[in-house]
Amino acid sequence: MNAHLIARNVFVAALVAFLLALPLYTGLSGNNFLLTLFTRIVILAMAATSLNLIMGFGGMVSFGHAAYLGIGGYVVGILAYEGVYSGFLQWPLAIVISALFALVIGVLSLRTRGVYFIMITLAFAQMIYYVGVSLNRYGADDGLTIQHRSQFAGLLDLSNRIVFYYLCLALLLGTIYLVWRLINSRFGMVIQGARSNDRRMRSIGFPTFRYRLACFVIAGAMCGLAGVLLANFNSFISPAMMHWTRSGDLIVMAVLGGMGSVFGPAIGAVALLVLEETLPLAIGRLGYPLVGDVALRAAEYWQIVLGPLLLAVVLFARGGIYGLLPRGRRD
Amino acid sequence: MTEALLEIQGLTKHFGGVTACDDITLDIADGELHAVIGPNGAGKTTLIGQLAGEIAPEMGGIRFAGVNITNLPAWRRSRLGLARSFQITSLFPEFSVLDNVALAVQAHAGHSFRFWRDARSVPELREPACAALARVGMTGKADSIVSRLSHGEHRQIEIAMALATRPRLLLLDEPMAGLGPEESARMLTLLRELKRQYTIMLIEHDMEAVFALADRISVLVYGRVIATGAPEAIRANAQVRQAYLGEGDAAVLDHG
Amino acid sequence: MLLFIEQCLNGLQVGLLLFLLAAGLTLVFGIMDLVNLAHGSLYMLGAYFAASFAALTDSFVLGALLGLGAMFLVGAGLEVTTLRRLYGRDHLDHVLGTFGLILFFNELVRMVWGPGSLSLPLPSWLNRSIEILPGVPYSAYRFSIIVVALVVALLLYLLVMRTRIGMLIRAGASNREMVGALGVNIQLLYTLVFGLGAVLAGLAGIMQAPILTAHIGMGENILILAFVVIIIGGIGSIRGALVASIFVGLADTVGRAYLPDLLRLFLSPAAASTAGPALSSMLIYVLMAIVLVLRPEGLFPAARR
Repeated sequence: MNAHLIARNVFVAALVAFLLALPLYTGLSGNNFLLTLFTRIVILAMAATSLNLIMGFGGMVSFGHAAYLGIGGYVVGILAYEGVYSGFLQWPLAIVISALFALVIGVLSLRTRGVYFIMITLAFAQMIYYVGVSLNRYGADDGLTIQHRSQFAGLLDLSNRIVFYYLCLALLLGTIYLVWRLINSRFGMVIQGARSNDRRMRSIGFPTFRYRLACFVIAGAMCGLAGVLLANFNSFISPAMMHWTRSGDLIVMAVLGGMGSVFGPAIGAVALLVLEETLPLAIGRLGYPLVGDVALRAAEYWQIVLGPLLLAVVLFARGGIYGLLPRGRRD
Repeated sequence: MTEALLEIQGLTKHFGGVTACDDITLDIADGELHAVIGPNGAGKTTLIGQLAGEIAPEMGGIRFAGVNITNLPAWRRSRLGLARSFQITSLFPEFSVLDNVALAVQAHAGHSFRFWRDARSVPELREPACAALARVGMTGKADSIVSRLSHGEHRQIEIAMALATRPRLLLLDEPMAGLGPEESARMLTLLRELKRQYTIMLIEHDMEAVFALADRISVLVYGRVIATGAPEAIRANAQVRQAYLGEGDAAVLDHG
Repeated sequence: MLLFIEQCLNGLQVGLLLFLLAAGLTLVFGIMDLVNLAHGSLYMLGAYFAASFAALTDSFVLGALLGLGAMFLVGAGLEVTTLRRLYGRDHLDHVLGTFGLILFFNELVRMVWGPGSLSLPLPSWLNRSIEILPGVPYSAYRFSIIVVALVVALLLYLLVMRTRIGMLIRAGASNREMVGALGVNIQLLYTLVFGLGAVLAGLAGIMQAPILTAHIGMGENILILAFVVIIIGGIGSIRGALVASIFVGLADTVGRAYLPDLLRLFLSPAAASTAGPALSSMLIYVLMAIVLVLRPEGLFPAARR
């Protein structure tokens, strides 16, 4: 693959550079809020990337992917509550349990397609959500505070926000790299082929079910790890982590950023969360001199543009932000 | 008598009140090109669906190379060597021609639980794909995106994909469908060449091709096989001529 | 025993309310092949409109009627301006686009009516208990829901089965292009069908409002149930929606009422009190999952072209 100096690559490289350099800036300026914001962005970007593995590349639209955020988070939270703070124990267990849940859900759901698949994954997510709500011992509806972040026997101090940020960033980049490798491997070819034309795949000799299931499990495990990070980040777990609207958020990030690229979901996560923070301010500041109080009111309801924005992306810019960036000549 | 490569025994399928396939029995001998013809609605599509493994027959059975495949899923039949091309082009439109054919190769190159190496750089996958493309004369278009190519080129890729699966039997569903005269001639030449190496079951409407290529012809009308035999015998068969009278002119039979 | 009858009636009422929502959803899905997540928003808008009109006119019935009228306009308007661009696209596009509409409507409602909930008080003639059978008292309001929903079901049946428009609807469901080719103004048909769906959704919202109040996000929870219903019942089938929604309503209500007690037979009281509510909530989804696994087309799949 030649490295053309094309807009897409430059954009992505700039974004990665920005994310790498961020703690330097925030360390110097003392703007911890920014670091916190971007830690959250990075974690959700990782979750959205895992979703895009099955959604963008595999064609499996899951409206229940946030369930794995919850599962991963709850493993950490429950273990912490019971006095187990070792990351060496918590993290692998969270990944394995997320994978197991994905296995069961996948076996049952992957027999269906299209909107049925969307609904059944939604249903399973709701089930898990209700289980979370009913866990009285672990906070039920209100959630559970985690006293200490995961401990790694002194190797990594997760309570240091810079260390934690870089860990999350490393895992995000690692996830993106892993997805990239996966997509281009033989396995990835089967997954993409099954998305493109499943009937043809089976007629040329691929038992597609088992591959799609494996993909589903891998995505679930990755998202479980993101859930681990999220629980550590908030020092808090609650069923809200796995509400289906959370899954909707992840889908929005992937679509907005561009489903056809491994970087798309990360771009979408950054775009969305930056929008969330800056748009109200922008409307307020820019509008106030012009229309006074109305601008402040409008800023409060900024989210009203989010819906139509999503609809516009679906109708006119299917490839998301990444798709809008010019690329090199092909063919 | 040597066992036929493909034995179809009493295959029957109804859809609601319609009998699509009515007790179809025929066999394909190893090495022959056996054409199946018949007016529209004769049940050819349903027959192919059952042979390929997409439709479950109500009654009857299918044996391929001595194995009972009646209840096997489509992918297993492909692994046994039963390759199929589609009447309505069914490819992977957003991928390149080479990627399409390489996928067919990959399906028969062991399992695909390989997660790391770039599949496009694996010679065991690329080389046979190139060979299959060369066979159908599409080498120059290997890197073109399928959705940008013409219908005729799609038909060629369909054949290439079937060839890439190292088949014992080629089930070709109207390969000439929608082709202009030049493209048809090219396809005919290709089929003539393939005939020397593969056993072929050919579903076709193009009578010229059928009579030029077939060793034996079976005629399907309203879901039943009304005649099976050598081309000349079929051409002269009164029942067959009558079946085609309803569809314009029996002269179509004299065309080949 | 009396309690059991009351629970069954409640289940019937819940189910029939769900039917109103599911009927619109399945009509739109079956005929225009449109997956409309924003159907729940229409349900919410119906409640809000009715609450406002009722407060304005000081009449529950008038408020409800005006609300329904408004819903028809909203539905038709939405279809004409936005939703018709989604026809023919991938279902994922529908899901994403209409999800965007949910976000939009939630914010819009917040902007226009404020973040708090709106109540829709019942008139005195509904806000009492009646004896539907000798010795069986039941809420007049809940009973009226059952009656209204059954009447609507009957009207829908007559509409779809006995009128010319209904015939076009059924024809459109099985062969869209053909109906268009016959010279029927298919655009208008779709707009009307969507408007009808919006009215049904709004009606469900209006009827639910006195009990639950009109609040933001009320559509999302019940929307999932509506989808569960149409998947169990079979997409495009109103009959399936009726059967499935009554089934789901009964299962949910009776399940919630008796499952914890049932569990106490097998589990410790502590475990039962934890698992009980969770399982009750989950029951519907478990049912849907079972149906999808065993019979993916639903119980009464509408015949397609």
